[in-house]
Order: sequence, then C-alpha cells, then structure tokens
Amino acid sequence: MSKNIKLMQGNEACVEGALYAGMKFYAGYPITPSTEIAEKSAEKLPLVGGKFIQMEDEIAGIATAIGGSLAGKKSMTATSGPGFSLKQENIGYAMIAEIPLVVINVQRGGPSTGLPTAPAQGEIMQAKWGTHGDHPVIALSPDSVRETFDLTVRAFNLAEKYRTPVMLLTDEIVGHMREKIEIPAPGELEVFDRLGPVDGEDYSPYGLRQGECVPRMAAFGEGHRYHVTGLFHDETGFPSNSTENAGIMLDRMMNKIENNLDDIIQYEEYMLEDAEVCIISYGSSARATKGAIDMLRAEGIKAGMFRAITIWPFAEKRVAELGERFDNILVAELNLGQYVYEVDRVVKGKAKVTHVGRADGEVLAPVEIAAKVKEVM
Amino acid sequence: MNNPMVDKYFRMDNLPHIWCPGCGNGIIMLALAKAIDKLGLDKDKVCVVSGIGCSSRAPGYLDFNTLHTTHGRALAFATGVKLANPELEVIVISGDGDASAIGGNHLIHAARRNIGITTIVFNNNIYGMTGGQYSPTTPSGDLGTTAPHGNIDRPFDIAMLAAAAGATYSARSTVFHGKQLEAIIEKAIAHKGFSMVEAITTCPTYYGRKNKKGSAADMLKFLKDSFIDVKVAEKLPEEKKAGKFLMGEFKNEEGVVEYTEAYDAMIERLKK
Repeated sequence: MSKNIKLMQGNEACVEGALYAGMKFYAGYPITPSTEIAEKSAEKLPLVGGKFIQMEDEIAGIATAIGGSLAGKKSMTATSGPGFSLKQENIGYAMIAEIPLVVINVQRGGPSTGLPTAPAQGEIMQAKWGTHGDHPVIALSPDSVRETFDLTVRAFNLAEKYRTPVMLLTDEIVGHMREKIEIPAPGELEVFDRLGPVDGEDYSPYGLRQGECVPRMAAFGEGHRYHVTGLFHDETGFPSNSTENAGIMLDRMMNKIENNLDDIIQYEEYMLEDAEVCIISYGSSARATKGAIDMLRAEGIKAGMFRAITIWPFAEKRVAELGERFDNILVAELNLGQYVYEVDRVVKGKAKVTHVGRADGEVLAPVEIAAKVKEVM
Repeated sequence: MNNPMVDKYFRMDNLPHIWCPGCGNGIIMLALAKAIDKLGLDKDKVCVVSGIGCSSRAPGYLDFNTLHTTHGRALAFATGVKLANPELEVIVISGDGDASAIGGNHLIHAARRNIGITTIVFNNNIYGMTGGQYSPTTPSGDLGTTAPHGNIDRPFDIAMLAAAAGATYSARSTVFHGKQLEAIIEKAIAHKGFSMVEAITTCPTYYGRKNKKGSAADMLKFLKDSFIDVKVAEKLPEEKKAGKFLMGEFKNEEGVVEYTEAYDAMIERLKK
C-alpha cells in the first residue's frame, strides 16, 4: 500500500490525529494561534457524522465539550493563552467529575493578550496548577507536526482510559509550521475506546470494579440515570459532605495517575549516552536544543538532551537519575523559568541546574542555548 | 402517603431537599415532574442540567440523567449534551443569578440558536445560596446584603430577554399559580426549539426577611394579587394594570428550524 504523505501544519495535524482517535465532538471559540484547529474541525466533523459548534465564549467552549463527552462522544476543545485561563474552572470540573476530554493549548506570548502571534511556553505551570484545588493532571507536549498527530491520538487515549481531561501543550511554532508527515494507516496507532458499564452488573458511576482503577463511564441516555456534579461525591455520584469520603475520593483520583506513571510518562533521550552536559527541554524549544547540541558537539563539547514528551506527571525518577549522573543540567524553555523549578526540586542539589529561556516572543535560538552551556561548564 | 409523582420521578434516598421552609422551589420541581408525566417522556431519555445556586440543587433529587455543573454554565453544558445526542430531552434548571448574571451570555446565545433545550429559571429575585445579595432581577430600591442602602440597579425581565434574544417560546408563571406553571412547562418541553419558562418563586429567608415581605404565605398571596395573565391584561383598562406583573405566554413561534435538526440536515446534505 502506498504511504499517505502530506504537507501540513501542526494545527491541521492535531485535527487529523483527533479524527484518527475517533473525535466526534468539538466545541470552542476562535483564538490565535489555535484557530486552524477549530476551522479544520468545522470542515471535517460533519463529514464523519460528528458535531462542531462555535460557542459564544471560551468558557462555553469547554463546558459544551464536556457535555458532548457525557453524551458519549470523544470530545475536544482548543485554545490559546487567554482562553486557557478562562477554561481553568471547567478543566477542574472535568477532573473532579472524571469526564474524558482533550484540551489543546497552542501557547502564545502572555500574560493577558500579550503577544498573540508569537510563540511561548508560558503555561507549563498553569497546566498543572491553573485550576483550583488538588487534582490529577496529564499534559503532553509535541515538538513536530507528526508528533502533534501522534500525541493528539495519545491525548484521547489517555483521556478515555483514565477518565480525565488531558492537555496538549503545543505552541505557535509547532502549531503553525509546516512539515511533511506520513499519516499513519488505520490500525497502526493504538486507539483506546472508553470502557462502559458491564451488562448484567449494577452500575456504579464512581465505584471501581474488582482489579480496575478507573470507574466505568456510561453515556447519558443509555439507561443508567446517574448524577454528575462538581461537588465532592461518593461512588453513587451524589454530593457528600463527608470529609472521610472526600479524602478517599481524592486519593482514588490521584492514584489512577500516580499508579500508572509507566503507562503515562514518555520522554526522548537525544545523544545523552556519552554526554557530559544534559539539557532538558520540550516542545519547540527541544528543536533549538537539538541544534545547539550539534553546534556544541562540532566544537567537541558532548551535550545531550532529555526531552519531556509527557510534561505532567513529571518524569521524576528519570530526572533524579540524571541529577546523579551530571554535574550540569540546563533547562531550555520559552519562558522565564517554569519547568526548571520542577527539575531543581527533583535533582535536590546533586547537579547545578541552570535556566536558559526568554519570554519576549522571539524563539530560543540554538546559539543562545550553546552559549549558556559554555558559560556554565 | 407520597404524591405519586414523588414516587415515580424523585430519588427518595436524596430527600429531604436542602431548601428552607417556605421556599417555593419544590412547587416548581413538582410542576416539572407532572409536566414530564403528562408528556409521557422516557426517564432514560430526559437529561436535567443545572448550574450553581439553590435552584440548581433540583437535579440531584430528580430521577433522570442529571448534571450539576459550574456557576452560570448549565446552558453551555446542556448545549453539548443536546448537540451530541439530539434524542435526549434536555431541560435546564437555573436561578436568576445563574441564568441572567454569570450565565447571561449563554442564555442569549442558546436562545439565538434556537437549540431544543427547555430552560426553567427559578426567579426568587435574590442570591439565596450565598445569603441574600442583590441579583439582576432584584427590583430597584429593594434591599440585599450587598445593597444595604437600596438597590440602584435596574432589573432584567428574563422572559422578555429570552424572547428578544430569539427564544421561540417564552412564558412566565409563579409558584402560586401551580396549575398554570405546570401547563406552561409542559408546552415548553413539547415546543420544538429553545423555550424559556420564568418561574417566579419565593425566598422568605433572604429576600422576604430583608425586604419585610412577611411570611411565606404572605409572599404567596403577593404573587396571587400581583400577577395577571397577559391575555386578561389585554382587556383591562390601564388603571387596573398599574403595579401588576404579567404572566402567561409571551411568545410561541412555530416553524423556526431547531439547531440540532439544522446540523443533522447539514450532515445529510454533505453525504450527497
């Protein structure tokens, strides 16, 4: 069979990946630089019997997407900085009510309206802590057009498997650049479908079946007539003021992620085997980091990279090992210092951790990263 | 013995409800159950969605697919449920603050789209859950804990707001006029397109006490004496209408395409 090769931008690849994963519902609000995701979804969804709706604002965008998911459809919304801020309350709702959902954030310069057409990686910490209260978080970040496709599929899989919103943190560079990609054939990538109630068993919307760590999810209209709320609730789904119950429920929500880190965490190690200095990066900054590594190696400096693909949960175990092995770790990211604090926390002073980044809308250039490496070594 | 509607449509394990003595919300909830019963709807195909506030606790007591969402957003969640599965009869329960303050944008746009959702606004003219702050429907001059010197805001007329925004059915009744309320809810659910039912209810605990409106019974009597049907009002001389409020059906427009049907028609058109 001939290969399906296309030239497309990251935002288009996101929609292609979503459709590959079985997206049938999209609700959102236009915002630069994510708008192409809404445009492509509007074009393609009705062709596959799916639904697209442009809502009146960002908050409605995510709320409607959650409603679509409850009615049984694989559901997505996409936004950028200001919209990501507006969506935070309902991201928390999807977390506590355990509704599968994919939230794309094509990061741009902030704060506020900031630099709408310029790249940034400023929502790394917001993805983890942006909604109030303690909660489980999964966030992924691609560094290429093809990886945007793959990680959108993976975001749907993780959302459906763990019944939680999954955030895909791309940025203006990855979202808008065009690359040649091979579209995977049907069946080539894993596609996970939500597990529903088991025939002949009493359905408990927030209770666990023996040996499972995620409650089964029934769609509204299938005959189970259950209750969904953003209040703490018990296994029945009805609100409960019991602090004991709240503790049990929160532990279960955290554990469904914490006990499956090997399944959720992905990273790439680039020329790290013989490296003398380690650069940690992700997303578009990882592309600049690869360039810096080539430059440094040409000068005889053995640099290598740890590239986080899963941003949250953090690859704590592996980064701690890197802290033991290296004297110097640089964190290259398009902000004034976010992921670097997580690296520093885990390395616990075993290596010197240095940040290299900027937040003025310019890209992080390989030469800047290379210069910083030489400065610290 | 329970009212048979309670046995048939309520989640007995979750009762009694949290509402104060004298609150009118239960009357609206029962009117909704009776309307659903008259229409003979399949419980599995009914979805009741709410936001945050006193009225928004109602879905927890009702035995349907129920969704208690974030403050003001019930109509946005409901839009997702309805568009993803148009077979479902989607009913939104909201309050005056939830629907017309924090959720006002969603209200006018759901009405504009004419999506097949029935919205019942429990209008008690106050924020009850948080203890008596003035809402977008608190009459000018009235007191609230955040209007200690009298409310200088002008109130919304929610039924008119929805009609003006494009709702194809809009009506109002009160918790004193239970039979009419029930009939209006029944018509609103049966209506194809966006329907608004503004149900005027009583909050003796906060609105009533703060504004010296007397007992719960006094407040119901006020509704009895102050509301006249729009059809009756048409024939009354001006002096008899002074100081009265209108209830009844304000808009009932048939034949406007419903949003999810328009979407499904587009899907069909694209197949050709």
